[in-house]
Amino acid sequence: MSQYQWNWSVVLEQVSGTEEFYYQWLLSGLGWTITTALSAWVVALVVGSMIGVLRTVPSRWVAGLATAYVELFRNIPLIVQMFLWYFVLPELVPHTTGIWMKQSMPLPEFTTAVVALGFFTSARVAEQVRTGILALPRGQKSAGLALGFTLGQTYRYVLLPMAYRIVIPPLTSEFMNIFKNSAVALAIGLTELTFQMRQITGEYSPANPIEVMTVVSAMYLLVAFSVNRIMALIERKTRVPGYISGGH
Amino acid sequence: MNLDFSTLAGAQDFLWQGFKYSLSLTVSSMVIGIFFGTLLAMARLSSIKPLQLAAAGYVNLFRSVPLVLVIFWFYILVPLLTGVDVGAERSAYLTFAIFEAAYYCEIVRAGIQSIPRGQIAAGQAMGFTYGQNMRYVILPQAFRNVVPLLLTQTIVLFQDTSLVYVVGATDLLGAADKVAHRDGTLVEMYILVALLYFCISFALSQAVKRLHARIAIVR
Repeated sequence: MSQYQWNWSVVLEQVSGTEEFYYQWLLSGLGWTITTALSAWVVALVVGSMIGVLRTVPSRWVAGLATAYVELFRNIPLIVQMFLWYFVLPELVPHTTGIWMKQSMPLPEFTTAVVALGFFTSARVAEQVRTGILALPRGQKSAGLALGFTLGQTYRYVLLPMAYRIVIPPLTSEFMNIFKNSAVALAIGLTELTFQMRQITGEYSPANPIEVMTVVSAMYLLVAFSVNRIMALIERKTRVPGYISGGH
Repeated sequence: MNLDFSTLAGAQDFLWQGFKYSLSLTVSSMVIGIFFGTLLAMARLSSIKPLQLAAAGYVNLFRSVPLVLVIFWFYILVPLLTGVDVGAERSAYLTFAIFEAAYYCEIVRAGIQSIPRGQIAAGQAMGFTYGQNMRYVILPQAFRNVVPLLLTQTIVLFQDTSLVYVVGATDLLGAADKVAHRDGTLVEMYILVALLYFCISFALSQAVKRLHARIAIVR
């Protein structure tokens, strides 16, 4: 350790033999991390909300299927799910589709990462949405139905608006998790932030690993902090006065 | 698509070895993580400001960065600091213990905070020291409240051990991956590990659910 040559300006240096700089690699990695996480979050919110709602409907059949979905996606490690989507699915679908997925699908690593991460997170979002719905007094649903709303309308206009507000804090931590979990996509070759860090500290080893890792960690901390603040803002803005810590 | 599981018989031993590594990594990280996490929780709740801040900083740092990143951190740092090439498998033991402690800490802290203040006062009134109070009054009740959460976190931990794949360690996934590339049975192997992880995690989570119902204190 005593002979370690500290060089904090390492990320500003040029990658030998190329026109590029290390900080450009890191910024491009950060861009992919954020893009992947946000895209996957859209998938997770849409699918997760649907599954969460289905888990609370009166039909036992539908609720059971939705529960099975949640258990399936919650009990397989994310990295294994990534491999299933990336390597296994193209072999199981009809031949021509499989060929297309392997050869001409645009941005294969990114698309797969978004789908895998989105579905993985959707199971967790579904659990939160369900918890939110179940936390509401039972009278809310009856009141909606008594007003002549259909079951769908009751969910859309009565139950969900309150349920989402209740579960904003746990959703915040899921939202922060999706940024962290996007790092797993390096296993299928997505050039996100951690991938770039490995690239710089590994194969192009002249770059000092400790400095690079510190910069990368600081980037993740910054992302986590920003997400946390944004969600806190949303929580404040959507408060219902006189309800759930609404105050005022 | 034809699945061919005939090569599986020859790979059994290697997969079993990988699985044993996954298990031992899970168990050791759980034990050390809970122990260290409890100390961290006590530090976070202590009245000594610097201790409080240091513990909070530790926990927030590790909860804000991806586990994959931390795995790389230790994989690269341990040989650099000690000068000994310990290898991916052994550096992972350290990584997971240190990383998981931050998560277990938050669970134990929630457990301690769920104990009514009067309990602490009662312990002090009985003449217990801080250590005795924790040992005999607070922690037993705190743990009882959060045992299901600790176990659920351990199931997450078990699944997360598959991430040591990224530094080439031979855990269950790593072993399956190596067999898959040797025999050209990528599809079969990945389906097999997915099934194994699913069965184990699902069975454990059902068991935790049942335990939760049994030990819940009726208040």
